[in-house]
Amino acid sequence: MTGGTGVTVVARAGLSGRRRRRVLGLAVLAVLLVAVCAASITFGARAIPVGAVWDALVRPNGTETDIIVWSLRVPRTVVGVLAGLALGAAGALMQGHTRNPLADPGLLGVTQGAAFGVVFAVVVLGVDRLYGFIWFGFAGAMVASVAVFLLGAVGGRRATPVTLALAGAAVSALLYGLIAAVVLGNEQGMEIYRFWRVGSIAGRDFAVVGQILPFLVAGLLLALVNTPGMNTLALGEDVATALGQRVARTRVLGVVAITLLGGSAVAACGPIAFLGLVVPHLARAVTGPDYRWLVPFSALLGAVLLLAADVLGRVLTGDSFEVGILLAIIGAPVFIVLVRRKGLARI
Amino acid sequence: MKVVAVGPARFRVRPRVVGVAVGAFALLVLVSAVNIGMGSSHIGVLDVLETLLGGGTARERGIIFDLRLPRTLTGVLVGAALGLSGALFQSLARNPLASPDVLGITWGAGAATVAVIVVGGYRGQVSGAVGAVGMPVAGLVGGLVAGVLLYALSWRRGIDGYRMVLIGIGLSAIGYNTVYWLLTIGDVNDAARAVTWIVGSLSDASWAAVGPVLLALVTLVPVTLVLGHTIGGLQFGDETARGLGIRVDAARGTLLLLGAGLAAVATSAAGPITFVALATPQIALRLTRSPQPPLVGSMVIGALLTVSADLLTRLVIPDLPVGVLTAILGAPYLIFLFVRSRREARA
Repeated sequence: MTGGTGVTVVARAGLSGRRRRRVLGLAVLAVLLVAVCAASITFGARAIPVGAVWDALVRPNGTETDIIVWSLRVPRTVVGVLAGLALGAAGALMQGHTRNPLADPGLLGVTQGAAFGVVFAVVVLGVDRLYGFIWFGFAGAMVASVAVFLLGAVGGRRATPVTLALAGAAVSALLYGLIAAVVLGNEQGMEIYRFWRVGSIAGRDFAVVGQILPFLVAGLLLALVNTPGMNTLALGEDVATALGQRVARTRVLGVVAITLLGGSAVAACGPIAFLGLVVPHLARAVTGPDYRWLVPFSALLGAVLLLAADVLGRVLTGDSFEVGILLAIIGAPVFIVLVRRKGLARI
Repeated sequence: MKVVAVGPARFRVRPRVVGVAVGAFALLVLVSAVNIGMGSSHIGVLDVLETLLGGGTARERGIIFDLRLPRTLTGVLVGAALGLSGALFQSLARNPLASPDVLGITWGAGAATVAVIVVGGYRGQVSGAVGAVGMPVAGLVGGLVAGVLLYALSWRRGIDGYRMVLIGIGLSAIGYNTVYWLLTIGDVNDAARAVTWIVGSLSDASWAAVGPVLLALVTLVPVTLVLGHTIGGLQFGDETARGLGIRVDAARGTLLLLGAGLAAVATSAAGPITFVALATPQIALRLTRSPQPPLVGSMVIGALLTVSADLLTRLVIPDLPVGVLTAILGAPYLIFLFVRSRREARA
């Protein structure tokens, strides 16, 4: 056997090993997702036997159990899955497009934009229902992220990770000041803001699902469409251009997908920090750098982790910790360990 | 650049750096005098200056020294501490985004203080003297704990600036999520008080609050300025710095803890007045055209920014916390700097 074929054999073995790992990982994630969904519907503030929950799901006839399951637990679970999918995918896209291993919806102004939209709707327009102000949150997220990307592109030069992060910090700080100015003079605004701000999927109903679903589905589809372009882009803009890729189009597609995904998740659930940041790093360990795998993996992993944290919060703390808080308190130490272990792979 | 010899000590003096510091100081005196003169009974700028220098009528002395001086003086001290702290962190991390806000110091102080407000408010009725002493002390302890954690977690055979910023972002997330969680369990009035504090406010400043800050600054600032000369050496990288005879880790660790201490003291006195620590060193850097943020210049400009923001806030909406304005004005300034630097780079 010559050295050349030896290398080929090793490479093939490595490739098929990775493929096996990816397929296996996808299967594991799918099973886990079903399991956490089941747990999310089964466990809650009131203990309901598994059999009764099952009956309520398949043969609802208007009992109290049916109402609890169908109007509280199922919507909460669905919102959790959707938000998790969206935040996971948005995190992976954002880290890829900004080439910044720390990118998450908080970095690019999406979170503060949504927060400002919510506060504006509550205080200035007097909207007090979630499915009323969710639109404003979404619009705010859109405006803020577009502003950040435009700022990053000012002067006709390419947006680099550093310029985007700076622009995001500046826009976020501005919005933060405006939010504080608005809520400090308004008790109702303060009341809604402080509960929305922690990030929660409790108390969401199907109306919310209906509102965010079209945007989420569109965002997820665009994200998947965007992945081959991102693989080329990962070689550098010059190489991508030389390979005949329309870089600007790939970028715009990415920004639209990120805004749709991040904006609708944040508008519905409040800012759930760290999920979008940590999930792509975990996913990358299994999938490698191929975005066609990384993005769907991150989405599924996001849904699993978000729901798992929510169930954990319900079971361990009697639902007194919102899922956003819990994820940050678990996620931040994990993140710190990641940083310490390998200094985060610079994407 | 000139070299000035005072006995055996020799100082390098850049005329531009000195000019900026002196000019900013003159402006600071003027703005402070206007700020002191403002209130229910107006006192002219010249009368204020005369009174401060020992003249003035008994009534003017009473109003100025008993009532108005503490607010402006707190602004000056807090602004100076934030400016110096920001300059230290940005130099050490070699990253313009590294400020005590981003690194989690102010959020550590914030979490501890808000805990006192919320738990002391509607839970335990800790008020009056205990509340007044408890908040600053809690803020100080919280900020220092965050600083020590930042150092301990970032240390891995030395401190790497990039890793430090990442760890700081993790610590911040834990801090602000704790704050937002505390806000949800608190009573709405306590929450509003806590938000005022989190944003940063000088309106409660009294002589009782000035004392501790003054004492802390009198001890911390000279040490910082004396040790500050090692920063110049650290800029060149660890190897060169060691070659220059600097004990790199000890110097960096000490400066880092000094920076954390300064930020914690400032935060415990007035809340984390947003953006001063982030923007000040960048402003000073550009005004002086130095290779790194000048320490004394950053102190004076930080004080000037804070007092000017307080004055402006009082002119626009008297009850608004000063931090709202620093955020709203600081952000466009950062955007402006950012846009201009990109334009210049392109030309």
